[in-house]
Amino acid sequence: MNDDHDGMHPGRRRFLECMAWAGAGTLWLMRGGIAHAGMLAKGAAAPDATFSFVQISDSHIGFNKAPNPDPVASLRQSIALINAQPQRPDFVVHTGDLTHLSKPEQFDTVAELLKEAQAGHVFYIPGEHDVIGDDGKAFFARFGGGVDGNGWYSFDHHGVHCVALVNVRHLQGGGLGFLGDEQLAWLKQDLAGISASTPIVVIAHMPMWSLYPAWGWGTQDSAQALTLLQRFGSVTVLNGHIHQIQQKIEGNITFHTARSTAYPQPAPGAAAAPGPLQNLPAGKLHDYLGIRDLRHVRGSHTLALTERTLA
Amino acid sequence: MRWRSTIAAATLLPLAIAAQTTASSATSGKPAMTYQVDIRQFHFRPAQLVVPVGAKVTWTNHDEEPHTVTSAGAQFKDSPALDTDDSYSAVFTKPGTYAYFCSVHPFMTATIVVH
Repeated sequence: MNDDHDGMHPGRRRFLECMAWAGAGTLWLMRGGIAHAGMLAKGAAAPDATFSFVQISDSHIGFNKAPNPDPVASLRQSIALINAQPQRPDFVVHTGDLTHLSKPEQFDTVAELLKEAQAGHVFYIPGEHDVIGDDGKAFFARFGGGVDGNGWYSFDHHGVHCVALVNVRHLQGGGLGFLGDEQLAWLKQDLAGISASTPIVVIAHMPMWSLYPAWGWGTQDSAQALTLLQRFGSVTVLNGHIHQIQQKIEGNITFHTARSTAYPQPAPGAAAAPGPLQNLPAGKLHDYLGIRDLRHVRGSHTLALTERTLA
Repeated sequence: MRWRSTIAAATLLPLAIAAQTTASSATSGKPAMTYQVDIRQFHFRPAQLVVPVGAKVTWTNHDEEPHTVTSAGAQFKDSPALDTDDSYSAVFTKPGTYAYFCSVHPFMTATIVVH
């Protein structure tokens, strides 16, 4: 199926959001922040892609219970999926919760496994599971401390400006994800000299919108960051944390949460609490795990998104 | 193991009521009041626990997810990551209200009141 509609009704958007939630293999073409969807055959490449990259998330190395007692194996399978791409990705972004408990051996396992990824570079940002007890020191020592050791950073790649934000440090009781004034001031400075026509990719662990605050699925000062991003024609925000795909479009900004490579969590409000979704149908775990492939197409300011499950 | 028996007793009581037993303090040898807080389904239970000065509070995580006991405002020593069935204890020697939360899931908040 193809969808060539340029205009999109609200009902259509809802349909697309539902479709993305339901399955893999959906191609997302981002044009000025508006999603155009079509089915993509596994392994097919978007035409004229100048480069591609892959998002993986929430590997939770150290987790050892239902529904996935072996997240090392499922991370390996995710890396195999990356390596099976017809076009070698220029880089991989891991959007946090590499580990379950911030233990040194868990970080080491992730670092060793990701060496097997056939990509130019792996960029990391921490999740809240990666900064337990030491405010991220062990994470930053292995995967880079970004600007002034605070974890956040940015880089440019073939005309796309990528911003990596940290919203899991200095969390306050009763609060959500948190960026903080220092990071927001840095972001303002970082974006200041960049043309509004430059495609922006933002990566951060916790959702950058109020997805489900009762379970902590949001970032309390994300609105200030989004204000700084509003002037850009195409902004793609990639988050993890909730172990499932949820999407939102707000002006020129599109938000995408990712599947985990370890275990799914319930849909918002569908259980008494968040946490591992344990009662999966037999043999169906891999339907819930996967990676996201993104392709940049030169000149059109688009990013094509493809979801791939481990199934 | 002493704490196992304490925890087993706690699970027999309604969740809203803290188990109260006696235990020997390792440092002074004097008996200290010991109280239990259960962490279950992303909640500290009870959410507010009132204890006398000198009480020892033990938290036990019953969830599949790890949690922490993190003092708001660094009023007492934070726990490390508590995996499933891990416990952590703190002794409260001064009167006051001690707010705490889980640093992994900060929407989880609770209070120890020491009088």
